[in-house]
Amino acid sequence: MAKFPDYKDIYVFVEQKNGEPAEVGYELISEARKLVSTIPNMDYKVVGVLLGDNVKDKAEEVIAHGADKVIIVDDPLLKDYSTQFYADALTQIIKEFKPDSFLTGATVLGRDLAPRVAARINAGLTADATKIDIDQDKVADGEALLLVTRPTFGGNLFGTIVCPDTRPQMATIRPKVFDMAPIDETRTGEIIEFKPEWESTTPQVEIMETVAKALEGVDITKANILVGVGRGAEHSIETIKECAKELGGEVCATRAVVEDGFMDKDVQVGQTGKTVRPSLYIACGISGAVQHVAGMEKSDMIIAINRDPEAEIFKIANMGFVGNVDEVLPLLVEEIKKAKAA
Amino acid sequence: MNILVCIKQVPESNKVEVDPVTGVIKRDGAASKMNPYDLYALETAFRIQEKMGGVVDVISMGPPQAQEVIREAFAMGADHGILVSDRSFGGADVLATSYTLSQGIKSSGNYDLILCGKQTIDGDTAQVGAEIAEWLQIPSVNNVLEIKEVHDDSITISMDLPQEVEVAKISLPCLLSVDQDIFMPRLPSYVKKKATKDREIKVLSLKDMEDTDASHYGLNGSPTQVQRIFPPTSSKEKEMWDGSSAVLADQLFHKIEELKFV
Ligand SMILES: Cc1cc2nc3c(=O)[nH]c(=O)nc-3n(C[C@H](O)[C@H](O)[C@@H](O)COP(=O)(O)OP(=O)(O)OC[C@H]3O[C@@H](n4cnc5c(N)ncnc54)[C@H](O)[C@@H]3O)c2cc1C
Ligand SMILES: Cc1cc2nc3c(=O)[nH]c(=O)nc-3n(C[C@H](O)[C@H](O)[C@H](O)COP(=O)(O)OP(=O)(O)OC[C@H]3O[C@@H](n4cnc5c(N)ncnc54)[C@H](O)[C@@H]3O)c2cc1C
Repeated sequence: MAKFPDYKDIYVFVEQKNGEPAEVGYELISEARKLVSTIPNMDYKVVGVLLGDNVKDKAEEVIAHGADKVIIVDDPLLKDYSTQFYADALTQIIKEFKPDSFLTGATVLGRDLAPRVAARINAGLTADATKIDIDQDKVADGEALLLVTRPTFGGNLFGTIVCPDTRPQMATIRPKVFDMAPIDETRTGEIIEFKPEWESTTPQVEIMETVAKALEGVDITKANILVGVGRGAEHSIETIKECAKELGGEVCATRAVVEDGFMDKDVQVGQTGKTVRPSLYIACGISGAVQHVAGMEKSDMIIAINRDPEAEIFKIANMGFVGNVDEVLPLLVEEIKKAKAA
Repeated sequence: MNILVCIKQVPESNKVEVDPVTGVIKRDGAASKMNPYDLYALETAFRIQEKMGGVVDVISMGPPQAQEVIREAFAMGADHGILVSDRSFGGADVLATSYTLSQGIKSSGNYDLILCGKQTIDGDTAQVGAEIAEWLQIPSVNNVLEIKEVHDDSITISMDLPQEVEVAKISLPCLLSVDQDIFMPRLPSYVKKKATKDREIKVLSLKDMEDTDASHYGLNGSPTQVQRIFPPTSSKEKEMWDGSSAVLADQLFHKIEELKFV
């Protein structure tokens, strides 16, 4: 006898802004498809949940990305994100439809919404995960137990979290860790419109003003990708800027480069500069002095290019390329451009 | 205005190691300190207190040893300290931690504002604040960058969103999780430390709670379980590439693509 006979299927929250679904929702739907395919005997469906105002026309798109079913709440109260109304709607959906698991992107929105909902329904919530599997040993007992893996201790350790005794199993998952499957316009699925009952329609949080962030004066500490310029790359600064732009990242520098007058002090990384922690740090012509390394060693992935195979930077890099920055970088930029054009 | 700041005791460094055989975290020496992100929450509380008056209290859930971080908060200027501590609270995940803290808060008084740090450096979930607010049925806002205005019944803040900064007015009582750098935290003062050395810390155990059902706390009240802990496998494994510039550029491109940065 299954432990939770009433709970079924993998649900994915499809986050949207101005009616446009964020990619992470589709990445999670694609991954959920893979997960349900590992448990064919349980006949699990992938269900997308879409909240917003005038979002009905997006339901087909959610199905084309891999959902079998879409639950929609279309209400003017949900036009812009609010913790209160989104949590109210989502809680009612979960109580009504009883998902076995519920996945949300670990975005600013997802990490605000999911804990409110989890506490309201007494569910376990795994935070900011990077990997999901189904425990195949439990499938025979009729259980689709998720094994959710996440970094903790600032990325120095990983933990695999399970939620064996309560349902749904909730998790927030980082964007970009899963591939988005190609769209299949021929897919069909069920679309259900759900009407929540609002506890109150008076907002507790009143938005006074929304200011777009200035694009100038970039804050390198917030960049997801950084390309670092060292003294060995001073002749390639323009190419490096182009490379960073193509990758959607920013440029930073060592103190040597700042002192030589090639870059501004506010992009200096290190002991007397800023501490950065991007997902990717590409160190170009940087020797790897401790004062520089102190500011960037926590980056998730460090790639170093240096022509000296003994350079200190290779000791902390995950990937090292022994070569000439002035030659390698222009070729790299060309390849990235080609790939993006394709 | 009465403010309560949630502070957690965490290991001195997050560079922890796992015993490869037992899978248990090695806590040699086990030096600990206040979660660095909570210092920003404390400083925010002091700044508001300077304008509005009232008290700044701190609450921490943990073993008796967590009194140390409460004493540290006293040395920075906090007025009263509450330690939520009981054997049955051990092994709590976010749900049980936030429930226990909310019970502790309910039995400690009426606060207009509750402040939390952005996240901890050990569990690192950044979920506890929002869940406390849910248990207390009050609004909450994360990523608070700036306190703009404080009134007796509302607070206006700005919050950091991916593409914009939003200014919002929230009715009190509410809970805010503040970003790093909202204010530069002050240093503990030696004079205050001495003056508060004998100040009583209120200890709340299970019997002091409104809900005394032990199954709602600690390991029993925690839906999530850490099944396994392990160090990152690949990050320190190094790949080195050598060759002509064309080969290197090609390899580099493929690696960046493989990691989904293109
Ligand atoms: C490897 C590992 C992985 C884990 N993964 C999960 C998981 O995915 N889901 C889950 O539910 N639990 C998880 N836990 C358990 C969880 O991390 C903690 O046990 C929980 O008590 C606190 O969560 P946090 O440290 O992440 O706090 P956060 O949510 O990061 O803390 C935010 C703020 O809340 C306040 N706060 C937090 N804890 C306390 C406290 N004890 N006293 C006072 N104030 C506090 C502070 O102001 C802090 O800045 C995990 C534990 C480990 C060891
Ligand atoms: C108190 C103090 C504080 C400091 N704070 C900071 C700080 O905050 N940040 C900081 O960055 N530094 C800081 N420094 C300076 C630091 O010690 C180093 O001097 C500096 O980081 C070196 O910069 P670099 O790697 O760009 O230059 P270099 O050390 O000159 O290294 C250049 C590297 O480029 C390689 N190279 C040369 N040409 C090429 C090519 N064509 N292709 C590929 N590789 C090539 C070389 O092999 C070499 O490894 C500090 C120093 C002190 C004393």
